[in-house]
Amino acid sequence: MSIKDNVITKKVMSKEDLDTLKEEGKNRIFPDSLKIAVQMATCGRASGADKIYNFIQNEVKDKDIILENAGCLGLCQLEPMVNVFIPGFNPVVYSNVSTDTLKKFIPSWISGTYIKENILGQLGREYYEELDIRLKSPPGIKKITENGFFKKQKKIVLRNSGFINPFQITEYIARGGYYSLLNVLNNFTSEDVIEEILKSGLRGRGGGGFPTGVKWKYCRAAHGSPKYVICNADEGDPGAYMDRAVLEGDPFSILEGMTIGAYAIGSSEGYIYVRSEYPLAVGTLRNTISEARRHGLLGENIFGSDFSFDIKINRGGGAFVCGESTALMASIEGKVGEPRVKHIHTVEAGLREKPTVLNNVETWANVPKIITKGYEEYVKIGTEGSKGTKVFSLVGNISNNGLVEIPMGIKLREMIFDIGGGIPNGKKFKAVQTGGPSGGCIPENHLDMSVDFDELTKVGSMMGSGGMIVMDENTCMVDVARYFLSFLVEESCGKCTPCREGTYQLYKILERITKGDGQEGDIELLEELSEMIKDASLCALGKTAPNPVLSTIRYFRDEYEKHIKDKKCPAGVCKALFEYRIIENKCTACGLCKKHCPQNAIEGEKNVPHRIVQERCTKCGICYSVCKFDAIEKV
Amino acid sequence: MTELKKKFEVIAKKYEREVESLMPFLQDIQEEFHYLPEESLKEVAQRLAIPLNRVFSVATFYNAFSLKPKGKYVIQVCMGTACHIKGAPLLLEEISSLLGVREGGTTEDRLFSVETVRCLGCCSLAPVININGNAYGNLSPEKIGSIINEYKR
Repeated sequence: MSIKDNVITKKVMSKEDLDTLKEEGKNRIFPDSLKIAVQMATCGRASGADKIYNFIQNEVKDKDIILENAGCLGLCQLEPMVNVFIPGFNPVVYSNVSTDTLKKFIPSWISGTYIKENILGQLGREYYEELDIRLKSPPGIKKITENGFFKKQKKIVLRNSGFINPFQITEYIARGGYYSLLNVLNNFTSEDVIEEILKSGLRGRGGGGFPTGVKWKYCRAAHGSPKYVICNADEGDPGAYMDRAVLEGDPFSILEGMTIGAYAIGSSEGYIYVRSEYPLAVGTLRNTISEARRHGLLGENIFGSDFSFDIKINRGGGAFVCGESTALMASIEGKVGEPRVKHIHTVEAGLREKPTVLNNVETWANVPKIITKGYEEYVKIGTEGSKGTKVFSLVGNISNNGLVEIPMGIKLREMIFDIGGGIPNGKKFKAVQTGGPSGGCIPENHLDMSVDFDELTKVGSMMGSGGMIVMDENTCMVDVARYFLSFLVEESCGKCTPCREGTYQLYKILERITKGDGQEGDIELLEELSEMIKDASLCALGKTAPNPVLSTIRYFRDEYEKHIKDKKCPAGVCKALFEYRIIENKCTACGLCKKHCPQNAIEGEKNVPHRIVQERCTKCGICYSVCKFDAIEKV
Repeated sequence: MTELKKKFEVIAKKYEREVESLMPFLQDIQEEFHYLPEESLKEVAQRLAIPLNRVFSVATFYNAFSLKPKGKYVIQVCMGTACHIKGAPLLLEEISSLLGVREGGTTEDRLFSVETVRCLGCCSLAPVININGNAYGNLSPEKIGSIINEYKR
């Protein structure tokens, strides 16, 4: 069974029209029949959500059950997840579901009971605070906010993600969506909107941290027309996928934010530049735009006013540098994505040399929420210089991998050990990397610092777009620096020499060190070269490119020295600098390593401890990962 | 008209004769043919009234475009930071040695291409590979063989 949508012929003109859609959305989210919503963002699909969806579809074919899809709730590691809506009760989230467990679960849900397995928690009042409904709390099931992963989070940007169906505009409206835009068009002048955003203290969430209100103010004042609004959805930092979650889970919030921004600066044309590596996000956005147009919330005369604004989608070409604003604009113009010098800011001469405001996905998604509750509420969250929340992708060697939205100012330690659940497999924490290839690695003695724009910069890293990659003792910091430089060498556009040649030389030196050919003086050479690249590069890609090198030297200099002087990689990552060996008294001669070795490099008979023939070993590490007795070591 | 030409015409109809059509035009061709045939670059230049060298520079600048035909199955090994520290380089080596091709290469039977990508945004499932849109997460070298075998059948 599926919900019948009211295909409206009338466009939304008034609060009454919006209220009607809100009611419709409420009935979609909380229908009178059992509803099962599968979380089907890219991460969910990679964990088998498609299979789960098809299975449920088959099971419930002839029954009075509604099957829906939702975005990602954030705890991607426990996917596939489903949200179960039994009428009259708070929705309950099940994690790690499989077709086998569903065979048991579905009949119990139909009979109105919850099998207490695989339950992550129930979603409480915060998920329907705008709606005039009362729901009971299913007995014996904890609130999701009591789960350690969610407890310290504060959801503003991700408040709908993983809950509403991202393809349904009415569900977004039921959560309070588009009331901010209506309020703005009815009661705000452009200047009022800018003032509100200025006072909220909102800073660009793409990494730069520039005050959003100031940007809008300059663009509003700039001469030239038309003016453009751009959403940077070219989320290129490796290890970061916050924007993907919003694009796939709550895309209407981005559109509403952009529309409010367009009204503020006086623009009627907008662009969303989205990575082509996110095909699902592109598809979702296309639906979002056509739905908004169909309801008169995008296009000519929005809400029946004389304000018109429309949005086009541009797909990226897989070039990291296009996350830089001027390169992104060049790419929209059909050119090679090379940045330009910003003597004249893009707010004055951006896309097609016209005044342009460019903000990233998360920044835009914040805008409607600031308007809804007023800047007074917004500034209560966060620190002096960094207001509101920030979404991070907390990944790497950490127990709870996923997306977290935290109030600015939370301690790094709380993020990693309370929300993230610490380091798995009994390993020790070594460093956390933030800010992508422009950022740095933060060691243990800084874990009590608070997370905001300014503090992260002080320790030699940066907020960046929100990647937070946790590294355990088995991570080699020289290799991490080499990894980021190899990334930057590939992604440097080649326009300016300091970046093109400088990053290449940094990479070559780091490669030499990791191969065991490091020389006395290499560290100093890396530092000197880094300073030059920082000073002389044209755009932010080059100016920040040495950060991964400088921060690892700053905090892990001894590890560099061990590579160079002792020719050893203490973490056992750089292949030229360690060997796999079998520890005789731990080896049970089970033969598992010998069976799996693709090079036939392991010798040994039954009951005799095995031995690795070093000449044949390619250090693929398969023996190390299959051994059940920890009998293989790296030395 | 050849099959190739027909498909090209369908795409070409969508685009206005202006420079800004270049990227989406090339993206559609890439999506349809999995590479940019030389002939199509010349056609694009003519239809958008821009020099061929301009088309070529855009086609070679962006990673999303390929001038060489690819295999039926494109194996993308994610090289994001989370994947890197969780062993993506070892995965790539294992895939290369199983198929006998290096990164960027295609097997002789044109069945598989092996390439790396910057970040697929599935960091919570690292390390991840993607084969023609199907993502596989939480991998280790010993799991690779059976996944590739699924596609050989």
